[in-house]
Amino acid sequence: MNKLATTLLAAGAALAATATAQAADAKACWIYVGPIGDYGWSYQHHQGLLAVEEQFGDRVETAYLESVSEGADAERAIERFARSGCDIIFTTSFGFMDATNKIAARFPDVKFEHATGYKRESENVATYNSKFYQGRYVLGQIAASVSEAGVAGYIGSFPIPEVVRGINAFMLGAQSINPDFEVKVVWVNTWFDPGRESDAAKALVDQGVDIMVQHTDSTAPMQVAAERGIKAFGQASDMFAFGEETQLTSIVDDWASYYIERVGAVLDGTWEQHDVWGGLAEGHVVMAPYWNMPYDVAAMANDTEKRIMVGDFEPFTGPINKQDGTEWLAEGATASEGELLGMNFYIEGIDDQLPE
Amino acid sequence: MSPDILQAIVLTIITAATPLLIAALGELVVERSGVLNLGVEGMMIIGAVTGFGAAQLTGSPWAGVLAAIVCGALFSLLFGFLTLTLATNQVATGLSLTLLGLGVAGMVGERFVGLPGVKLGTLDIPLLSDIPLIGKLVFGQDPIFYMSVALAIGVWWFIFRTRAGLTLRAVGDNHGSAHALGINVIGVRYLAVMFGGACAGLAGAHLSLVYIPQWVEGMTAGRGWIALALVVFASWLPWRVVVGAYLFGAVTIAQFHVQAQGLGIPSQFLSALPYLATIVVLVLISSNRRMTMRNTPASLGKPFVPER
Amino acid sequence: MIRIELDRRPQHSTLFSILSPFIAVVITALIGALMFAMLSKSPITGLYAYFIEPLTEVWSLHELIIKATPLILIAVGLSVCFLSNNWNIGAEGQFVMGAVAGSILPVLYPEITGPLVLPMMLLMGLAGGMAWATIPAFLKARFGTNEILSSLMLVYVAQLFLDWLVRGPWRNPEGFNFPETRSFHADAVLPEMMSASGRAHFGFVFAILAALVVWFMLAQTLKGYEIRVLGASPRAGRFAGFSQRRMVFFAFLLSGALAGLAGIVEVSGAIGQLRPSISPGYGFTAIIVAFLGRLNPFGIVAAGLILALSYLGGEAAQISLGISDKVANVFQGVLLFSVLACDTLIRYRIRIVRPKPQPAPEPEAVKARLEAAQ
Repeated sequence: MNKLATTLLAAGAALAATATAQAADAKACWIYVGPIGDYGWSYQHHQGLLAVEEQFGDRVETAYLESVSEGADAERAIERFARSGCDIIFTTSFGFMDATNKIAARFPDVKFEHATGYKRESENVATYNSKFYQGRYVLGQIAASVSEAGVAGYIGSFPIPEVVRGINAFMLGAQSINPDFEVKVVWVNTWFDPGRESDAAKALVDQGVDIMVQHTDSTAPMQVAAERGIKAFGQASDMFAFGEETQLTSIVDDWASYYIERVGAVLDGTWEQHDVWGGLAEGHVVMAPYWNMPYDVAAMANDTEKRIMVGDFEPFTGPINKQDGTEWLAEGATASEGELLGMNFYIEGIDDQLPE
Repeated sequence: MSPDILQAIVLTIITAATPLLIAALGELVVERSGVLNLGVEGMMIIGAVTGFGAAQLTGSPWAGVLAAIVCGALFSLLFGFLTLTLATNQVATGLSLTLLGLGVAGMVGERFVGLPGVKLGTLDIPLLSDIPLIGKLVFGQDPIFYMSVALAIGVWWFIFRTRAGLTLRAVGDNHGSAHALGINVIGVRYLAVMFGGACAGLAGAHLSLVYIPQWVEGMTAGRGWIALALVVFASWLPWRVVVGAYLFGAVTIAQFHVQAQGLGIPSQFLSALPYLATIVVLVLISSNRRMTMRNTPASLGKPFVPER
Repeated sequence: MIRIELDRRPQHSTLFSILSPFIAVVITALIGALMFAMLSKSPITGLYAYFIEPLTEVWSLHELIIKATPLILIAVGLSVCFLSNNWNIGAEGQFVMGAVAGSILPVLYPEITGPLVLPMMLLMGLAGGMAWATIPAFLKARFGTNEILSSLMLVYVAQLFLDWLVRGPWRNPEGFNFPETRSFHADAVLPEMMSASGRAHFGFVFAILAALVVWFMLAQTLKGYEIRVLGASPRAGRFAGFSQRRMVFFAFLLSGALAGLAGIVEVSGAIGQLRPSISPGYGFTAIIVAFLGRLNPFGIVAAGLILALSYLGGEAAQISLGISDKVANVFQGVLLFSVLACDTLIRYRIRIVRPKPQPAPEPEAVKARLEAAQ
């Protein structure tokens, strides 16, 4: 017992020593909702962390916690980071919103960055999100050009605004090529369950779709599409390796530039609160190489991408009607960020009912 | 509905049911020996990760299948040692096995994340596989499907038609008498537990080599529990496990077809259907008391320590 | 071949009742140290992060209590179930339904305020969990349906029901259609015990009270005797005039009520609103806690705290050592296995049987022995 006590004391001392011997100028910390092994949402945030390490080397110390559940655990995890000397903490799931704001109020010297939320209750909380829907418009255009059946299968995670926005943008893109294009939506009630996603994908193929779109994180739908010989779009990561003859393109989340910028701002002392929605223009959303499609389709997709990038074009531009035929956006009008943020209706032409 | 689409849907259902079927058949043998192993989920995920890993390292999916079977069986030995040799509580030990399995698999699998897997191909016999309606069903599936069919028949034959099967049932029904008759109760149970582990491992390999050829953490997603449910559902009869597995597969797949019709039924309700259906069928089966009592291994879950 | 054989002790060994948890912890620590070494991390720093670091700060002690509260509440109820041979595996679902039922007031009637709101919520949470537990109890008592499976299946149903509620009818009207209910108003929040030093709430007091009451019932009342008799031998119970059917309901309703209470306590005390997922598997972890505590309410309090510590330690180790959270799961698994294995020492004497070491036998001697054996 005595020996145990001495070793523990020694360990404590060793730990204290490492804490004081810290050379880094700043410590940046991340909280992920899933495992970094999901090859989707959390994986991409972790890629951002790695990019920060590469950029700043020894100047920045990093740390992360993965698979943090969104209940009481989130608050504890954030507080632990705030107390362990993190200068900036990225909380990368919507469900961390209230916990982030609560802890931020108590640690005014620490910067907090919350992804996909809208609450900034104190000066040290910033929010950030990406306009993934811009990429989804491009997907819609490609889908309608490539599809022979004229029907795409769409695997949705949950009917939340983010996903509904994506379906609408996809459909707007498709309608710009083929006004009669159809989409079959299936909700799997999970962000990440390869088994369920693959079941849903198979059911959709059996229903006769020849394009697979996913707004879930695993590569399972891509693999099912490859097996059944139809085309598909990847999500979050470039999934080319999982469907070399299948992937048309993929909407890649690229947080690296944002994280480097924000951690850099902490190092310079120029960090300020903001609410940023980066899209194709900012490089937060990146289209994977266009592949497995005729040249003219790739050229068109590339063109649309460039137009969105330079600000010539915004997918949610009127005239757009809601599903029941009533007008939503008049000719030339664009959607406000508030409308985009809380979107919970389909646009005209989607033959599905949004679950209430 | 055209025959081709029907065939495709049936194939999808079969693929969804196969891992459940295999794991449940293994657990059936375990429970017939009087041991309740709630660690199916844990053994399954060990099978999934080792199967994927071995296939990745060697490039051969068959090496993966073999590794999964062996590792599933070895992992189940841990459960066997505690519950059989040390006579610990089977429920608690089984739950711990699941917890440990998920953790170990996550650790081992970290390096496999994001790698495209090696797929175990389907059979494809020219001409035969092209027969309408049944061609693909009979001659065009993955090898593990055929193994599951053989396993179902084999388990039935073993339990009801062989001397060894009789011994197994005797041990499960009354371990005291079996011991008195000179049967090595613990030995029989060890073999049964390892068989269950091997089957769960194979089921896991099906997930990571056929169902979705990739490795992701927690990819079994509760299938081990469903397999456990199927055994009771089947009142410990192999042919009923087959029916149950395909029924469950059908309900799981059907919900997506219903959704794709765009009726606006809350998807949560459809997702809950397989579970509700399981409960309803459990009730129907259990209300036939005589039938259930006859097949329930009477010593199920009770530790056995030979008196000297 | 070396074999291990068990000899039943005439009485439970008092010595090993006390020693066995410590032996288990030492074994776990050794395996843990080995694991850290294999991951090329310092074993001492690793073990320190796991078991000591979370205890060195006051705020962290608060968090320990928060994490342990639902585990203890649920596990105390489950101990009655398991002792009476009722296998309620669905406490997670009862937890969720308790949280849902308890949240009716602050979510649907936020205009109702006052000191009565909180007690009402707690009672409704209790009732919600109880109601959900009634289903497997009824099915078992009436049709003989296996309760392990029916209660487990109902977990998934409850989770999907909660999911549907917070994404649909109970969605916060000011929340941009995000999946969460409105935040509870001040009267609906379970107060903190010592808000100066951390956020631990009064739920822990409920957990301790529940443990005390259940301990008293088990140890001092006829009901406790009935539970044990029916659990050990249903036949003997019947002869003693105890009703197994009534016991099924009693055990399930009690554990359901406590799980439901845990649910509303967690939501009201630690989260402050309903969201699609409110539990990182408390209902399942509590099963482990119940066994770790040897189905004894006081043991369960200790076990709940130890398991909570291993979660907090897992986080600490992730940060200070950069090892993955999977290690935490493995650790818990190893701990459980060790505890279960060491508990065998209480009831049995372990004998290692091996052939006696002998000088290398002459071939002739071997032949003679073989013949003798036949």
